Order: sequence, then C-alpha cells, then structure tokens
Amino acid sequence: MISHVEAGPASAGTATAGLAPAVAATGVTKRFAGGVVANDHVSFEARSGEVHALLGENGAGKTTLCNILTGLYHPDEGEIQVNGSPVRLHSPHEAQRFGIFMVHQHLSLVDSLTVAENVVLGWSRHGGLRYSPRQVEAEIAEIAARYHMQVDPHARIWQLSLGERQRIDILKALYRDARILILDEPTTVLTPAETEQLFASIRELVAAGRSVVFISHKLPEVLAVANRITILRKGRSVTTVDAAGVDARELARLMVGHDMPAGRVRRAVAGGATPVVEERGVLELDRVCADGDFGMQVLHEVSLSVRPGEIVGIAGVAGNGQRELAEVIAGLRPHTRGTIRVDGAELRGGDPRAAINRGVAYVPEDRMGTGVSPSLSVTENLMLKSYRRDAPHAGPMLLMDRADAQSRALMEQFDIRSRGPHALVRQLSGGNVQKVVLARELSSQPRVLVAASPTRGLDVGATEYVHGVLVDSARRGVGILLISEDLDEIVELSDRIAVLYEGRVVGIVDAAAASYEQLGMMMAGAA
Amino acid sequence: MNVDLIVAVIVSAIAYGTPLVLAGLGELLAERSGVLNLGVEGMMLMGAVTGFFVSQQLGGPGWVVLIIAMIMAAAAGALMALIHAFLSITVRVNQIVSGLALTIFAGMAGLSSYAGQVWGIGGQHGVHQLTRVDLFGLGEIPVIGPILFDQDPFVYLSWGLVALVAWYLYRTRTGLYLRAVGESPRSADAMGINVTRYRYVHTIVGGALAGLGGAYFTLAIAPIWTDGLTAGSGWIAIALVIFAFWRPDLLLLGAYLFGALSSLGFTLQAHGVQMPSEFFSSLPYLMTVVVLAGASTTLARRRIGTPASLGVPYVREEG
Repeated sequence: MISHVEAGPASAGTATAGLAPAVAATGVTKRFAGGVVANDHVSFEARSGEVHALLGENGAGKTTLCNILTGLYHPDEGEIQVNGSPVRLHSPHEAQRFGIFMVHQHLSLVDSLTVAENVVLGWSRHGGLRYSPRQVEAEIAEIAARYHMQVDPHARIWQLSLGERQRIDILKALYRDARILILDEPTTVLTPAETEQLFASIRELVAAGRSVVFISHKLPEVLAVANRITILRKGRSVTTVDAAGVDARELARLMVGHDMPAGRVRRAVAGGATPVVEERGVLELDRVCADGDFGMQVLHEVSLSVRPGEIVGIAGVAGNGQRELAEVIAGLRPHTRGTIRVDGAELRGGDPRAAINRGVAYVPEDRMGTGVSPSLSVTENLMLKSYRRDAPHAGPMLLMDRADAQSRALMEQFDIRSRGPHALVRQLSGGNVQKVVLARELSSQPRVLVAASPTRGLDVGATEYVHGVLVDSARRGVGILLISEDLDEIVELSDRIAVLYEGRVVGIVDAAAASYEQLGMMMAGAA
Repeated sequence: MNVDLIVAVIVSAIAYGTPLVLAGLGELLAERSGVLNLGVEGMMLMGAVTGFFVSQQLGGPGWVVLIIAMIMAAAAGALMALIHAFLSITVRVNQIVSGLALTIFAGMAGLSSYAGQVWGIGGQHGVHQLTRVDLFGLGEIPVIGPILFDQDPFVYLSWGLVALVAWYLYRTRTGLYLRAVGESPRSADAMGINVTRYRYVHTIVGGALAGLGGAYFTLAIAPIWTDGLTAGSGWIAIALVIFAFWRPDLLLLGAYLFGALSSLGFTLQAHGVQMPSEFFSSLPYLMTVVVLAGASTTLARRRIGTPASLGVPYVREEG
C-alpha cells in the first residue's frame, strides 16, 4: 500500500491533476438479484483535501456506490483505487484499513453503549485485550477539541440527539485516522444551525488534507460545501462538475434529466389564493399535556387550532415533542390533561379508532413501522383502515377482486408505481410507500390530516408530489397539521407556523411574515 | 432466630445456587451475544449424566477423576450448544423452537435418560464426590468461615467465573464487542466485528457452563444419577438472567436467592421447624413465574436492559 498522499491546506480543492486521487471508482457495476442494475459503469474520483459530492435522486445508485467503497458490497465489474493503486475491499474492516470510513444514513451506533465505548468498537489505538474507559475518553476529548466538536464521552447514545449522534460517528472515524470520510445524506437529521456546524467541521477536515465524499440530493447544500460534484442518474455517473461553475438549476437538470418546476409549490399550485378561513378550527387543542415513553411529561399545555383548508406547520428541532403531539392527536398516546376537539367534538384520549371515526388521518413519521404493514400487499395496506366500514364485502367475506379494482384506481390517482396491487409494500421505494400511506389516509375523506415528516428520505420528485397532495387536500378543506424538521418545507407549505420547544408552543407566526432568523431563534429556545 | 440457622440457610443456599450460577452465567453470555438458549435444561442434564458416567468409569486419584469428569460434562453441554448455535445462527431457525427442541431431545425422557440406561449408571452410588475444602483453615471462623472458606471447589470456581465474566464484559475489548453484537449486530458488523463468530463462541461457552452446572448435581450435591434430576434448574437459570438484568454480579445474588428458596424446606425441617414441604419446594418455580411475568411487561422491558437483538437472527443485507 502506498503511503497517504500528504496535501496541505494550500491544495484544498485544487489538488493538481498529476497527483493520484485519494479514492477513485472506475467503471463500477453492481447488479442485484432480480436484474436491478444499481450501478452501471460508474466512475468518479475524490482528491485529497477535497469535498466531493455525489448528487442524485433516491435510487440513483449513490448508496450502493458507497457500500461498494466501504467494502459492504462487492462490485461485479470495475475497480476501486486508493491513492492510485487498485484495491479489493472484502469488508468494511478492510476498507477502514485503507482509511475509508462511512457515516451511515442509518447511524451505526449502539444505543445502549457510551460514546467512548462506541468509538473504540471494532478498533482501538491500543492493541491487547484491555479496554480502559479513562484513556479512551481523554483521546476523544483531544480529537473533539481539535475539530471544534462538542462531545461528552460518558453519555450513552440513546440520550443524544440525532445531530449529536452523527458527530460521534464522525469522531469515531477520526479516532481511526480516517483519510476518506463518506457522509451519506448527513443533513437529513440536522437543524440549520447543526448543518452549519457540520459544514464547518467538514471544511476543517479537508483543510487537514483528508477527503470527504458527500452524498446528498439537496442542491443548496451540495453547492455550499462541495468542491466538485459527480451527478448520478439511474445508476450511471452522468458527469463531474466544479461546484464553482454551476448553479442549482443546472444541477437539478442534470440530476433528474429534465427541468424541474421551481420551488414554491404552494404558491404555484394554489395560485397564491388564501385558503378558506372559518372562525372555528376543525382541530382544536386546548392546553394538552402528555407523557413520553419513559413516563416524563413531554407536552406542556399545548394549545393549537387548525382551520379547514389551513396548513399549520409545526417547526422544531427533533425530540421536542413533535412525535408525541402527532400521536396524541391520532389517538395513539393518551393525553393527561387538556382537550382535543375535532369538528367541535371532544376526542377520547388514547383511542385511535375514535380518532379515525372523527375524521383524523395520520401520516406517521415512522413510515415502515407505523404507516404500513410491509409484508402485506398494496391492496391490503390500502384497506387497513377502511375494512371496518367501506371495504367491499359479502357478509364477513372480503371481496378481494373488487378491493383490487379499488386499489388500482387509487394507484392510478396517487401515481403509486409497483408491479400491481399484489406487490408487497416492502418491495416498494420510499416514495411509493409514502404514496400508499397518503392514498389510504386521504381516501377516507378526512377532516384533519396530521402529517409527520411526510417527505423525510424521499427524493426530489416524490417530495414535490407529496407537497402537491398536501396543498391540494388543504384546498379541498382538510385541516392539515404538518410536522417537519425541514424548515424549508414548513415555510414553503404552511399558512401559520407553530414552534415547539421542549414540549411547549413557544410561538405561532404567520408564514408570510416569518423569517428564518426568528424561527431559528424560537426553535433554539432563544425567543 | 438463632445464628446457626441463618448460617445453615446461607450455606445451603450457596450449595443449591451454585448450579444456577454456572448455568446462568452461560445463558448470560449467550444472551449478551443475542442468542436465546432455551436448551439449558437439556444441556444441564447431559452434563450431569456425562459427568457422573465419566467419574464412575475412570480410575485414579479422586481429584483427577473429578476434574476430567467436569471437563467432559462441560464438553457435553458445549456439544449440545453447538447444535443450537448451528441451527439458530447459521440456519436461522427460530431460536425458541431450536432451544425447546434441544431440551425435549436431551431432557427427562430423552437422550440423557437413554444415556443413563445404556451406560447402566442408574442405580449406582458414586465413587467420587467433590467435598468441602477448608481454605487455609479459615473455615473455623464463626459465621463467615462456613459461608466463605469451607465450600467445595465448584463454589470457588463459580465465584472466580462470576468475577471473570464481569471483568470480561466491562473491562475488555472483546467483552465490549460482545455487548455490541447483542445490542446491534448491524453496527457491530459495520465495525468489522465478526457477528457469527461472537455468537457461536458465546453460545458454545454458555453450553459448556450449563453442562458444568448440571455436573454439580451428580458430582457434588449427591453422587447418583436419576432421570431429570436437575428438576427445572435450567429454566430457573433462564429466569435468573432476566432477574439479574443480564449482570453477572446480580446473577450471583439472584442464584443464591433461588438457592435459598430451593433448600429452605430441608434446612428448616432439619432444624425442627415444621412447615409443609410442598410449599417450600414450589417456591423457586413460583418465583420463576413471577420474574418472567414481571419481565415481560412493557415497562420492565424498556428499563432492564435486555440485549436489543436477543432472539433475532442476523442477516447482512445484500442482494
């Protein structure tokens, strides 16, 4: 193995062409069982001291490529080079020996272990059998100080926010002296402020001569942090461009292969029309309190009102009571005090069927776990809520042919792409799963829709689609409570925005009058 | 109550608790790696019958014979555990089914009874028995002497093993990796830890300890073999691991609590206290039911630190 290419801060982003790239893929092809070609002759190279972005929609082959770079998958064709020499990576361990580390989308930390224990998992600077917590904690503190990261080595992972966990995952790689750091959709779980912190750390890493491969489908952040960008589309590498020489529109075109409608869906689709405003809210919460999973109170006197045709956004950093709020309204979690009214009638706490009967539809955050039953078919999932009343039946028997016909119509209406009504939902892509959930929830003619992180993890096309559906439902008079950690999404779609901080509504503002600074301050508990 | 009675209760609690300590430690190691082994009872019986048979067959100095018998008993348990490991880790059979099958296969009316008949050790009285060793003559000290310094070698061994396992789990890297494998095999795999190997090794070592625990019945408590003589100790050991929150130190205490419950009837009777013996002999099983029922409530499950991947086979997602 050739020694690491030393590149100082001076060469950041402008490494000379003659120097071997830190890591390169040439003609990498990966086929999966069932004939899916996830990577089709993909090539790219990341230089030392460079942030190299891999940009593409979901299903473009980014994650597969990274799994190949980290030794989790083995390419069917093509070659990986580290510092110019071809390498064969048979396991993540082997990739790590070449200095390649991945910070996973689904973070690979062990919840019940401490930060220090997680950091030394699988690798320690000191050989031998002994594990000395004190020594490791000191080393972690030293690295954290060098890259300006705030870390408590004693904390257990489950106590940390997602942003903090990601920091631990990066720290773990640095502890092992990672030369090439692969970040898979790292900003999905971060607040704007945390994203800025992450970008600052990334810049320090590349300034120290390391390379960062940054995977994303978000154009602004790719432009903000990357030196060069390789665009993937349908498993192929389309081209590599200098970040300085392109704009978002050009990148979007390269990414989806055709021009996208510009953002601002709500204004565009709704034509800027103000929604029908009635005095009484279709959903009214009055000083609602609820406990969390561990018996502590997490919602404190939450009062909110959603009028018919209105989208009320709930902004806030993850873990400030959003999930509990959604569950309380959907009847999945009893409230301990206060009242919840739908159309003026009080909702019994902790009774999901009562909520459904009153017209509450719910798009849960945990799509695969709560939203659908992955091992059932599309038709069966679409029937899950209506089986008690509307499903086609003869006596106690379900008429599956008619149900299939109904679900075909819904699949058409909601553009659900699958092999047919009998396809199992777990075989569908994330966007299509979410469409199944939306189709089921909206086909019940709800009065209120609680949508929790409805576009998390979806690609640009699917996100636009979901936004369109939400706006459309609002125009037809559904009151929508939109809970999201994506502030752009909240601002773009909402009429009013309520900010949750530590289980309290710290303020409700008109979306038209809201500024990011103001919302950011409120989300951080500073206003 | 007089002091003698209390000492007697504690001493017999230790005697009856020791097989539980050994088998419980074994189960603890297996469960920490994510493998639920319900075959403990069967493994204990195989250890008991094998240990007794070997001790009856071999000639030579008693302590050599007994050490070899213990090793063979452990090997018998390990062999059984290997079957469980293969079925549940490699073939990914449901761990509950595989464990139950092994207990039925080797249990009361199964392989262990058959071996006892074929080897013809049913009515024999044992030639060798592990006896108390008075450490440094300290056994004469009142109260703590008989409890701490006048036990048989199995007991000293079990104390050493508890300390060893505690040190292993919390102060070694392998122990840390083991905990990670039981909590999140996916993360462990991504960190280059060989999940399959960890699970195999700890399941097999766990089986060996179960075999050793079984041998305690035939080599130390009473040198005879009867069918099903472990009388459900394997099941108590499994409950004990939950009762101890998967921690070796608590496991030791819990085992002696169960041991005290098992032996209370005899001890009280021997000291002239009259109580129906059926009541006492049902106590440990009653306790087992209470522990298992308590542990299965959602509240308890969230708080007591069950290894998150317990009972779940690990499949690396590719293709």
